[in-house]
Amino acid sequence: MNENATPDPAPHTHRAESASGPQTSADGVVTHSVPTDEAVLSCRNVNKVFNVAGNKVHAVDDVSLDFAAGKVLAVVGESGSGKSTLARMLLRLMPVTSGTITFRGQDVTHIKGAELRRYWTEVQAVFQDPFASFNQFFTVGSLLRRSLKLAAVDKAEADALIEECLGYVGLTPKDALHKYPHQMSGGQRQRVMVARALMMRPKVLLADEATSMLDASLRVNVLNVLHDLKADLGLTVLFITHDIGQATYLSDRVAVMEHGKVVERGTTEEVIFSPQAEYTRRLLADVPDLRGSLKQR
Amino acid sequence: MTQELAAVAEPKQASLLTRLNPLRGMNLSSRFWIALVIVAIVMLLGLAGFVYPTGSGEKVGSLYDAPGNGLLLGTDNFGHDVVAVLMAGTRTSLTIGLVAGIVATLIGVAIGLIAGFVGGWVEELLMGFTNVVLAIPSIIVLILISISLPQSTIWSLAIVIGITSWPWTARAVRAQASSVATREHIDVARLSGARLPEILVKDVLPYILSYTVMAFVLQVSGAILAEAALSMLGLGPSGTDSLGTQLHWALAFQAVASGAWWAFLPPTIVLTLVSFGFLLLQASLDEVFNPRLRRGKKKQMKKAAARRAAEARALAEAAASAVDGSSRTRAGESA
Ligand SMILES: Nc1ncnc2c1ncn2[C@@H]1O[C@H](COP(=O)(O)OP(=O)(O)OP(=O)(O)O)[C@@H](O)[C@H]1O
Ligand SMILES: [Mg+2]
Repeated sequence: MNENATPDPAPHTHRAESASGPQTSADGVVTHSVPTDEAVLSCRNVNKVFNVAGNKVHAVDDVSLDFAAGKVLAVVGESGSGKSTLARMLLRLMPVTSGTITFRGQDVTHIKGAELRRYWTEVQAVFQDPFASFNQFFTVGSLLRRSLKLAAVDKAEADALIEECLGYVGLTPKDALHKYPHQMSGGQRQRVMVARALMMRPKVLLADEATSMLDASLRVNVLNVLHDLKADLGLTVLFITHDIGQATYLSDRVAVMEHGKVVERGTTEEVIFSPQAEYTRRLLADVPDLRGSLKQR
Repeated sequence: MTQELAAVAEPKQASLLTRLNPLRGMNLSSRFWIALVIVAIVMLLGLAGFVYPTGSGEKVGSLYDAPGNGLLLGTDNFGHDVVAVLMAGTRTSLTIGLVAGIVATLIGVAIGLIAGFVGGWVEELLMGFTNVVLAIPSIIVLILISISLPQSTIWSLAIVIGITSWPWTARAVRAQASSVATREHIDVARLSGARLPEILVKDVLPYILSYTVMAFVLQVSGAILAEAALSMLGLGPSGTDSLGTQLHWALAFQAVASGAWWAFLPPTIVLTLVSFGFLLLQASLDEVFNPRLRRGKKKQMKKAAARRAAEARALAEAAASAVDGSSRTRAGESA
């Protein structure tokens, strides 16, 4: 698609809520502003402690975040900062150690069975490794058809739904359905994964490093797909990345994670142009693209 | 520079490849074919009993008639044709091996799959049970069960062998399943609404199928040997010929002492062939199931050879320049 669309900070309009300036809470979390829109998905004081050979690993430490409807929230942090763990807890693929997860005002922290599957019709995900995400023995067709039961569409609508979802990511049933994962490129695989997530017509899409294993042009391609989905379907996107450049390209709001803690959050503008936390500054300094484009301004 | 490098690397690489690779390639496939031929021969021997004119229960001579007179391997202690008995016995042993292998594999895969995939206390419970079964000497259990059965048929024997030998399969499958369980496609399957049984069958089992088949082959050969051991102890299927019962009677009627090698050597050889053939098959299946692995190896070898050549050249160059440099400095010093 747009080869020239290298990730650079998209222009963001100033918002009234940021006028009061950043606040630093007792535990050191810099909060520039809080979203004013209603949150679709939110988590409160979520913790995850792993027991690895007797040692406790506090992978996610007291994280509270809100996902405003129709917005993109980026969670940025270094490798090992607990982003994937947070995402897996939000997806209810992994139990929380403590804390609550709320979806549209309903506590979903401990739902099971049919209720959990209903939750997954609303909250879907795309993962980091587009090859490992595929069952290599399945064609794209059988992968997508698998979702039909949960998506609750009858046979007559099924083909139309599949075509529609592939259409969002720029693929057609004719050249995708019969393919096995090894017969596609990395970018195609990842786009199929996005199409799969859309089969349920979800409200929230979590993209956990969905672009990090793709090379630059494919990355922009997938980023644009996500951007269009937000614009066209009003999808709420949680974009997880270690690359703050990509985060600024796509997101409305940014939360920065360090060692399991959220250390800074606010609108993309606030976090990128007036970073308060030391860690955020370091992350920003590590992005050559962004530094270049910041200097230009 | 790079062209030079390639030119230097090429002949070296070619010689390496011709020296190692074709041999390797032949070894891999020939191992498989040899195993297949051995197993096929044994199976044919078992099936040949259906067309062999003499029945295994037909009295054609007296105690230990030597080979000859139209009897290729003479007679056994009952005066039966050893060839006919051998054919029937091979068939019985293979049947028992196959049935026991299926039983053991089904139980082992079910337990290993659930333990490895589900994890947590389910895994601990199932693997605890598996280890207990594993710790009990299975031959003793086999003997006890065989004795307690009112009449042992080949089917009861096969099932008894099967239910004492699954733990190995369960352990192997558990390890595989728990590594597949962390793959992202499992999360994707769950998010697509798949339930546990479906995930186990469609998303985990296909990934470990090759290991399962290999474990099955091992179970078959193990079961054939277990049957032979039980039958030699006189706990074999009653009224049926098997390789084990053949050995049992040969021992009971002093075949070794009376020099009647045709009574005990043929079943021993067939048993050896069976277990060797299946073991070889199992070992070579790995490569058959993973052709990518094999090609990968070749590629890796090529790359490694090229790299070694490049390194050697770089080293030589470095050494040469070092010599140059040192001679120059020395020249400088003296000046
Ligand atoms: N299943 C697990 N068992 C034990 N420790 C885990 C497990 N999953 C994650 N961790 C640990 O939790 C911490 C956070 O891991 P996580 O995968 O969430 O990081 P991440 O921010 O997603 O990193 P990356 O950018 O590399 O994906 C790491 O220290 C990791 O070792
Ligand atoms: Mg991660």
